[in-house]
Amino acid sequence: MTMDLQSCVTIEKEWDIVKARQLGREVAQKAGFGTVDQARIATAISELARNIYLYTDGGKLCFEIIDNVEQKGISMLSVDNGPGIEDISQVMEDGYSTSGGLGAGLPGVKRLVDQFDIQSEKGKGTEIRAVKWVR
Amino acid sequence: MRIPILKLHNYLLISIQVEMDDNTAIQFQEDLLDKIHQTGASGVVIDLTSVEIIDSFIAKVLGDVVKMSDLMGAKVVLTGIQPAVAVTLIDLGIHLQDVPTALNLEQGLIKLRQELGE
Ligand SMILES: Nc1ncnc2c1ncn2[C@@H]1O[C@H](COP(=O)(O)OP(=O)(O)OP(=O)(O)O)[C@@H](O)[C@H]1O
Ligand SMILES: [Mg+2]
Repeated sequence: MTMDLQSCVTIEKEWDIVKARQLGREVAQKAGFGTVDQARIATAISELARNIYLYTDGGKLCFEIIDNVEQKGISMLSVDNGPGIEDISQVMEDGYSTSGGLGAGLPGVKRLVDQFDIQSEKGKGTEIRAVKWVR
Repeated sequence: MRIPILKLHNYLLISIQVEMDDNTAIQFQEDLLDKIHQTGASGVVIDLTSVEIIDSFIAKVLGDVVKMSDLMGAKVVLTGIQPAVAVTLIDLGIHLQDVPTALNLEQGLIKLRQELGE
């Protein structure tokens, strides 16, 4: 399996959300995704980046193209050292929000991608890995 | 960054041409409500033809803008939502059910006239 160099965006300011989704879209285009999947990927990244911006003191989003014999895709990794998520099944429910948002972010990301893993430890932070495959 | 709002008779027309960050979206919400108040506009068309991504935050701002304008007495129609954006909105579980939409600006103006019974 060969992997391109990883590209990361540190999320500190609000504009970093835009930077992350623009870079993600570029990587997705390079990986060969069509326009609809590019939009899905950019949207998923926007949700993950905004959550870092809103709920943590900082974190980053990293992308890489996965290119192996059978499949090509993009991996998106969101890492923060924020407060962590205590009840993961709760935040994965549509409509659950602690910020007056739509609560569509995390359950939405899960539907936008093909693989979704979330790991979180209270007081330590959260790590979310999402993968989308080129069809 | 500010999104320009044009006045045409008693309608307001907006074409969103910039990459919308959260601040721009919130600023736009305020500017539009102010403009409705100042002009007494009865209808608003927001054209999204150039918008390549609508995430949950921007969707919330747009949905709120429609409701707030409605409270003030102005009908809003959203036009030109790209196919890829429509798909991602549904994936996000956002249906914008009560929001009038149309294919393009021209259809949007026709829809406004119908909604307003003009
Ligand atoms: N990285 C994170 N660290 C800590 N808590 C988080 C993180 N991401 C999400 N959460 C918590 O999970 C909840 C649900 O997140 P989700 O993105 O689904 O909805 P939201 O951000 O509240 O609203 P929306 O994304 O629709 O604007 C958030 O309200 C927040 O409490
Ligand atoms: Mg969110």
